[in-house]
Amino acid sequence: MTTTRPVLRVADVGIEDVPSVGGKGASLGELMRAGIRVPEGFVVTTAAFRSAVSALDLGPRVTALDPADTAAVAAACADLRAVVESAPLPGAVVEAVTSAYGELCAGAGNERLPVAVRSSATSEDSADASFAGLQDTYLWVRGGDEVVEQVRRCWASLYSVESVTYRLRRNIPEEDLAMAVVVQRMVDSLSSGVMFTRSPLTGDRSVIAIDASWGLGSAVVSGDVTPDSFVVSKVTGEITKRTVATKTRWHQPDTGGQGVIESDVPGQLQDVPSISDAEIAELVAIARKVEAHYGSPQDIEWAVSRSAPVGENVLLLQSRPETVWAEKDRARVAAPTARAFDHVLNMLGGKRPSEG
Amino acid sequence: MTERSFPLPSQLEAVPGAEGWEAMYPYFSRFQPEDDQRFWFYNSMHFPEVVPAFDGITSEIPYTAIGANTARLFSFPTTMGIEYRIVNGRVYITANPVLDEAEQGRRLGEFQERAGHYYANWDRLYVGWQQRIEALIADIESVEVPELGELDPIEVVTSGRGFASNHLLREEFHRCIDLYSKMWHHHTEFLMLGYGAYVVFFEFCKQAFPEMGDQMVARMVAGMDVTMYRPDDELKKLAALAVDLDLADLFVEGSDPAKVLAALGERGDAGARWLAALEAAKDPWFNVSVGDGFYHHHLSWADDLTIPFAALPRYVEQIAAGVDLTRPTERLAEERERIANEYRALLGSDEEQAAFDQMLGLCRQVFPYIESHKFYCEHWFTTRFFQKIRAFGQLLADRGVLLAADDVFHLRHVEVEDALADVMLAWASGGAELGARHWQPIVAERKRIVEALAGWSPPPALGPVPEALNDPAVKMLWGVTDETVQTWLGDDEDDEDTVKGYAASPGIVEGVARVLANVNDIGSIREGEVLVCPVTAPSWGPVFGKIAAAVSDIGGTMSHAAIVAREYGMPAVVGTGQATFRIRTGDRVRVDGDRGIVTIIAREGSA
Repeated sequence: MTTTRPVLRVADVGIEDVPSVGGKGASLGELMRAGIRVPEGFVVTTAAFRSAVSALDLGPRVTALDPADTAAVAAACADLRAVVESAPLPGAVVEAVTSAYGELCAGAGNERLPVAVRSSATSEDSADASFAGLQDTYLWVRGGDEVVEQVRRCWASLYSVESVTYRLRRNIPEEDLAMAVVVQRMVDSLSSGVMFTRSPLTGDRSVIAIDASWGLGSAVVSGDVTPDSFVVSKVTGEITKRTVATKTRWHQPDTGGQGVIESDVPGQLQDVPSISDAEIAELVAIARKVEAHYGSPQDIEWAVSRSAPVGENVLLLQSRPETVWAEKDRARVAAPTARAFDHVLNMLGGKRPSEG
Repeated sequence: MTERSFPLPSQLEAVPGAEGWEAMYPYFSRFQPEDDQRFWFYNSMHFPEVVPAFDGITSEIPYTAIGANTARLFSFPTTMGIEYRIVNGRVYITANPVLDEAEQGRRLGEFQERAGHYYANWDRLYVGWQQRIEALIADIESVEVPELGELDPIEVVTSGRGFASNHLLREEFHRCIDLYSKMWHHHTEFLMLGYGAYVVFFEFCKQAFPEMGDQMVARMVAGMDVTMYRPDDELKKLAALAVDLDLADLFVEGSDPAKVLAALGERGDAGARWLAALEAAKDPWFNVSVGDGFYHHHLSWADDLTIPFAALPRYVEQIAAGVDLTRPTERLAEERERIANEYRALLGSDEEQAAFDQMLGLCRQVFPYIESHKFYCEHWFTTRFFQKIRAFGQLLADRGVLLAADDVFHLRHVEVEDALADVMLAWASGGAELGARHWQPIVAERKRIVEALAGWSPPPALGPVPEALNDPAVKMLWGVTDETVQTWLGDDEDDEDTVKGYAASPGIVEGVARVLANVNDIGSIREGEVLVCPVTAPSWGPVFGKIAAAVSDIGGTMSHAAIVAREYGMPAVVGTGQATFRIRTGDRVRVDGDRGIVTIIAREGSA
C-alpha cells in the first residue's frame, strides 16, 4: 500500500515502504529503527512525484523516441528536463517539503540547515544498481526554496539521456516511472568513506574493508582521492591490514553558501590516517549490526562528524546490498564427508577439499 | 621466464679453517655428484646451528623414523620419506616424491586402510601412545653408566650374574641409542596424521576466508590443558610460594641462580620449603630444553637454572603486586568457542557448516598430540638422553680418554662406541686406555672446525628450483611451499631494512633488538627488548613476559612460540628466514605482527 502523503519522516518508514520512499529512504528508516545512528531527515515520496511529474504526462514523448537516434534523444531530454524543472509545482507538495525542512531546521536550531538531497529509486530488479548510479545527489543544500529546487533536479534526472536510453532499451514502461527523494541533514564530515562487510578483493565474509579519507565522502566515491584503507576481522576486531595513503584532495562544504568545494588537503594532514582505531572499531560495530539486520553483506557509506561529541560522531549515511560477490557465493567450498577423517585422506591422496 | 637455480651443492666453497669437517658426519650424509640435480632446502627450523659430531644423531635417527612412517607404515600416496645431507655443518633436506600415478594409486589404497585405522581409533591409540612414551622415558632414566672399580662387587659373583660390568658399558650405551631411536618412531607415529588433520582444516579456512589471519586457525583449535605450558605454570606457582613465604626479596633481576639458591639455604624453614618445592617441580617439568632438543648444548632448565631464574623476579613482582598470573583457561576456552562459532556462522551453507564441524572436530581431537608430544619427546626424553650421554662422557674423562665430559659430543655415536670398547678392554686386561692419544687431538680439531663453520651463512636452498613443490611433509612440517621458494629467490631484491615472515601474533611495537644466535644466551635478554633469534623454543615462554616482541628465522604460526606470544598479547613475526643475519643487537626495529613485517628503523649506533 503506497502512501498518498507527499512527505514522510525517515524515522517513520521501514523496508515495507520501498514503493513510496524508494530503496535508499526505506533502508535509512529501517536502520534508524535498528538503532543505528543515521542523520535525520525526510523523504519526498513517490506520491509527490506522481502529483508533480506524472501529472505532466511526459511518457508518450519518451516512448516515441528511437534510442538509436542519439541527437533526437538528447534534444528531447533537454526539453523534458526543462519541463520538469520549471512546471509549476502542486502547492501541497511545496508546502509539505518546506515545512518538513523547517521542522528539521527547528530541531537542529539552524534555520538554514545544510542538507543532502539524494534520489531514491523504487525499482528492485537487478537494474537498480546501475540505475541508481544514473541518478543524482546534491550536497550542502541550504534553504527551503533551494531544497525544493534540488528535489526537482533529482526528478528531472530521470530524463537524462542515460536514464531515458536505459528505459527505452529495456522497454521499461513509462507509467511505472517513480522516484522518491531523500532529504537528510548534512554531516559536517571530518572524514568519511565507504565500507564493505566482506572483502571486495576476495569476497571473504569474515572481514570488513574500510576506505576512508578527509572531508566529505564524495571524494572517495568519485575516486578523486586514494583513500586510506583498512581491513578488519569481524571475528576479533583486529585490524589485519592498514594502508595509509597520501590523500591529496578533499571535498568540503562551501561554508559561505551552497554546495561543495574541491581542493587540496593541507600538507600536514595528507599522510595522517583519516580515522582513528577507535573510530574503526565503531564502524565495525555498525557494519556488523547492519549486516546482521539485513542478513546479507552490505555496501555502506559513512561519515565522522566534526561537531558531534565523541561516541555519537560516527554516522551511517546509506547502506545497500553488496552485489558483486553475491553471485560468486554459489561456488561451493566444501561438503561433509562420510567420516570426518575422509577430508584428510582426500587431501593427502591428492584431492582438494572441494572435490569431496 | 628464465630457469633459476640456487647454488649447486658441488659449487659451495670450502670454509677456511674447516677443512676435514666431513669426518664429523657419516658417509651417507654427504652430498653426492648426482645431488646437484635435486632441490634441497636448509632445515634451519631444527638445525639453526652447526651440528657437532655426536649431534649428527639428531638428524640420522629422526629421518629414519619419519621416512619409515610415511613411506612404509602408512603408505602416504604422494611421498616416500625425507633424505638429508650435511654440508659445512648444516642439514639440508629434500622429500622423495612418488610421481608415478599407478604407484600413487596402489599406495592410496593401503594408505586409506592404514591411516583410516589410526583416525578411527585415535583416542584409544593416543592413550596407548602416552603410556608407551612414558615407559620409554622411564627406560632412559633407568640407564646406568656402570662403575668400573678395582674388582666387580661380590654380588655379581654370588648372584651368579655371570657377566662382568664392562659388558654393561656397551649394553647401556646401546640402550641409549636404541631408546632414542624408538622415541623418534613414536614421535612420528601420530605426527603426519595429526598435522594432516590440521592442514586440511587450515586450507578449508583459507579457501572460505582468504583473508583470515594465519594464527586464527590455531586459535580455534588450541587446547586449554597443554603440557607445554606446565613448566611456566610451575614457575608461577614457585613465584607465588616465594611471596607467601616472604622470600620475594631474593628474586632480583640479573641475579646468579647459584647465589639465589645459596641465599635460600640461609633462610631457615621458609627457604627449605621453597627449595623442596623447586625440586618437586623440576621432575619432570624442568626437563625443557632451551632449544628444541636437537643439540646437546641446548641445556634444559634442570641442567641450567638461568631461564627459570630470569623469569622468576618478574613473576614474583607481579604476584606481590596482586596480579593473577594463572592462565584464564575459562576465558580462553570461551574465546575459542566464540571465534569458531562466528566463522562457522559466516559460512554460506549448511553443507559447508557441516564440513567445518567435521574438520574442526577432527583437528581438536588430534591437537592434544600436536601440542604435547614435544614436551615428552624433544624435551623430557631428550634432556634425559643427553644427560646419559654426558655421563658416559664423564666416564671417558675419568678414564683419561677425553679431557672433559662434554668432549664426548665431538665424537660420532659409533666413535663413542669405539672409545668405550677401548675402556672395556683396558679394564679387562689391566692395561691402559689408548684413546687419549687418538681422540683428544680429534676433539680439539673438531672444536676448531665447529667454530669456523659457525661463521658460514648457509643458503636457504640448493639446486634447481623445482617446478612444483607439493610434498605434504615438507609443506606441513616446514611450511615450505612454492611461495617460500619464490621468497628465497627474491631475497636480494628486497629492501634491506625490511624482513618479512609470518604474522604469528598481532600488534605493532617498536623496540631495541637483541639478536641471540645462541639460545643459551636467552637469560641475557632485558625488559622491553625485541627478541630476534634463529628459532623460538616453547621453553622460552616465561621470558616472553618481559620482552616487547619476538622475531624468528624459522617457525610457523602454529608453533608453540606463536601460541604463547598470542597468549601474552605480544606481537610476533616468525619464519623470516633471515632476521638474525639482517638485524643486529641494538638496532631499533618495528615489529608488525599484523602483517608479518619487521622494519629496521635505525641501525645500532646511528643516533
